[in-house]
Amino acid sequence: MTSAPVAGALPAVVVRDRRRAKRKAAWRRRGLVLLLMSPWLVGFTVFFAYPLVMSAYLSFTHYDLLSAPKWVGTANYRYLFEQDQQVWPAVKNTLWLMVVFVPAQVLCAFGLATMLTRARYGAGVFRTIFYLPALAPTVAATLGFVYLLNPGTGPVNVVLEHLGIPTPLWFDSPQWAKPSLVLLGLWGIGTMMIIFLAALIDVPRHLYESASLDGANAWQRMRWVTLPSISPVILFAVVIGVIDSLQYFTQAYVAAAIASGQAASEGPTSAGYPEDSTLFYPVLLYLQAFSYFNMGYASAMTMLLLVVALTVTVLILRSSRLWVFYAGARR
Amino acid sequence: MRRLTLALAVLGALLLAVFGANARGGQDARAAKEPVTISFWVPFTARELGVINSALAGFHKKYPWITVKSTGNTNPTKLTAAIRGGNAPDAVALFETDTLGAFCSSGAWLDLSSHIKSDKLNMNIFPKTIQNYTAYENKRCALPLLADAYGFYYNKAMLAKAGLKGPPKTLAQLSAYAKRLTVKNADGSIKVLGFNPLMNWYQNSPVHFGPITGATWMKDGKSNLAGDPNWAALLRWQKSLVDWFGYENLIKWQAKAGDEWTSSNAFESGKLAMNLDGEWRTAFVKADAPNISYGTAPHPVSKPSLYGSGFVIGSIMGIPKGSDHEDEAWLLLKYLSTDSKAVTGLSLGLRNVPSTLPTLRNPVLRKDPQFKVFLDIFANPKSSTQPVLKIGAQNQTLFSTFISKWQAGHVASKDLHAGLANVDKQIDAAIGQSGQVP
Repeated sequence: MTSAPVAGALPAVVVRDRRRAKRKAAWRRRGLVLLLMSPWLVGFTVFFAYPLVMSAYLSFTHYDLLSAPKWVGTANYRYLFEQDQQVWPAVKNTLWLMVVFVPAQVLCAFGLATMLTRARYGAGVFRTIFYLPALAPTVAATLGFVYLLNPGTGPVNVVLEHLGIPTPLWFDSPQWAKPSLVLLGLWGIGTMMIIFLAALIDVPRHLYESASLDGANAWQRMRWVTLPSISPVILFAVVIGVIDSLQYFTQAYVAAAIASGQAASEGPTSAGYPEDSTLFYPVLLYLQAFSYFNMGYASAMTMLLLVVALTVTVLILRSSRLWVFYAGARR
Repeated sequence: MRRLTLALAVLGALLLAVFGANARGGQDARAAKEPVTISFWVPFTARELGVINSALAGFHKKYPWITVKSTGNTNPTKLTAAIRGGNAPDAVALFETDTLGAFCSSGAWLDLSSHIKSDKLNMNIFPKTIQNYTAYENKRCALPLLADAYGFYYNKAMLAKAGLKGPPKTLAQLSAYAKRLTVKNADGSIKVLGFNPLMNWYQNSPVHFGPITGATWMKDGKSNLAGDPNWAALLRWQKSLVDWFGYENLIKWQAKAGDEWTSSNAFESGKLAMNLDGEWRTAFVKADAPNISYGTAPHPVSKPSLYGSGFVIGSIMGIPKGSDHEDEAWLLLKYLSTDSKAVTGLSLGLRNVPSTLPTLRNPVLRKDPQFKVFLDIFANPKSSTQPVLKIGAQNQTLFSTFISKWQAGHVASKDLHAGLANVDKQIDAAIGQSGQVP
């Protein structure tokens, strides 16, 4: 039994054709979207997804870069968590950097930017002066700091000695090596300072005027107007700082090699000098991968780093709901 | 008739096999003499690369159909990338013997045994130490390209001024000399240091110092730092001298000492009276500080029987996997490591120790009294080298880190043995993790 077509309704064939045409159009749209996205997709697959999947696979193998990877199950992870005594000092050093350097970097960049917004004369000159160190190549800047902080001949200790202040061994002391690296990092915060400066200039003037009319003092204007207004930039600075500290390598590697006096020697024995105080997690990872040809284990270390970086970033982003404001409203 | 046909067929086949093979052999021989260019990567640069190229010209003279194209400034990382990318050179030389374990065990460097056997190369022309550091677990993947021997440099004028005759021969004498030769500034800081006992500075490393007490790294495939009392003896002697100078004073002096590889080198510039160093320093002194009055000797030792020995190491050469001209590369390796004329020329040019025992006796090389000392150290049967492990230099790094803490006074004297045992544990765990079977 067939039902008669309802009056006014389109015949079934037409409906089917229209559906087909709609589906075709949808596929064409999807194809176009895919085509437009393809440069990113190719980049993502080649430079991110594939290396990530391969790292995950290699972390379960013994792989020396030269012969085929050999499946070893969880052996690399067991070695990482149970036997490698260099991992914990490396993790501690990296955490230290994250806890000390990131807040110091944000505070200093914010402080400098605030001062520059208030400069009446020569603001452009000061901005340029404070930004310039950010342009120095990392290795050159590190070499410069090792020279400046040389405990025997460095000008910093010469000045301190004249002032009667105790002279630290800086990069030669396990207590002072990391603070020396922090000083080096703070010297080059120009980029972050510029970002804060842009955010501070962007804070609406009328908010300050309203706050002043309500009797808010300078601290209260800072606390209730400036900080909430630039909180997205603070979040950005913290996330970038944390990721940078988890990837901290060049400065530590170069400073250790130069300060130990073994820059041109064979082998990786200077890494971490002095006494593993500059052995950061990425430095250890590099040694395992490229000095000891232990790529399988280095991949396991990478996976751990990825998990930690993801966890920390997610925690920061979740906490940001409590203290970051977008256009006056929390998100 | 059928039998005759069969016999003729068999005879024909035999003749074809014999003459065919000969014809092919002849073809191979001709093919081998056809001009060929091979690539040779070396770690040397600038002047030293020129010395290598002179030796390569000698090789070309001996094997006129082979031209060698050299490329300088190579290292294990570049080589690894080239092998992985299928662009490996035909032959390679490296400074880093530490990496041989990885290259040899993975097959990235070819086993040279078949070439050595077919050419009947007598490996006993090389000292035992060289035979050790050019092989990994009985797999010989490398031949030596010259060698280095470590000895003792002393400033004759400073010793004479302090009333000291001749270099010290024992560690006790070395301590006494070091104290006597040290000159301090008015503020108490060190102006001229007698001897720097701190490890991990210039050539001061456990691997170079080990032989002065006869200390050994491994036993039955396991790390033996705690098991060998010679390591503890070395560290206790070293620490007593560090304490006498004051650790911080030494660090501050080191910071002023100058770069090791320039003319501001502490020994060359008169800031250091005595030092452990390699034979190449004789060439540096000649170039940078020709007026310095200095002598060389074997390093002072803990036991008289060890005097005359020292640490020995050298550059290595191999044929990487993927070499297009393995036979020609082998001829090159053999020439550079065994040909007396080539080895002598390289030794004179690079001021390194020649790798073969017969060349050591060459009077041309023994003319320089300062250099001659190193030839004797190299030939000494008690001289020793480092073990070749799959973990590369990781054992040295772990040990050096421990020594840094020890010399800074962050490890109590009573905990030395336990500390060394813990380093052994770490090294053994790393070896286990690398898949190397003890």
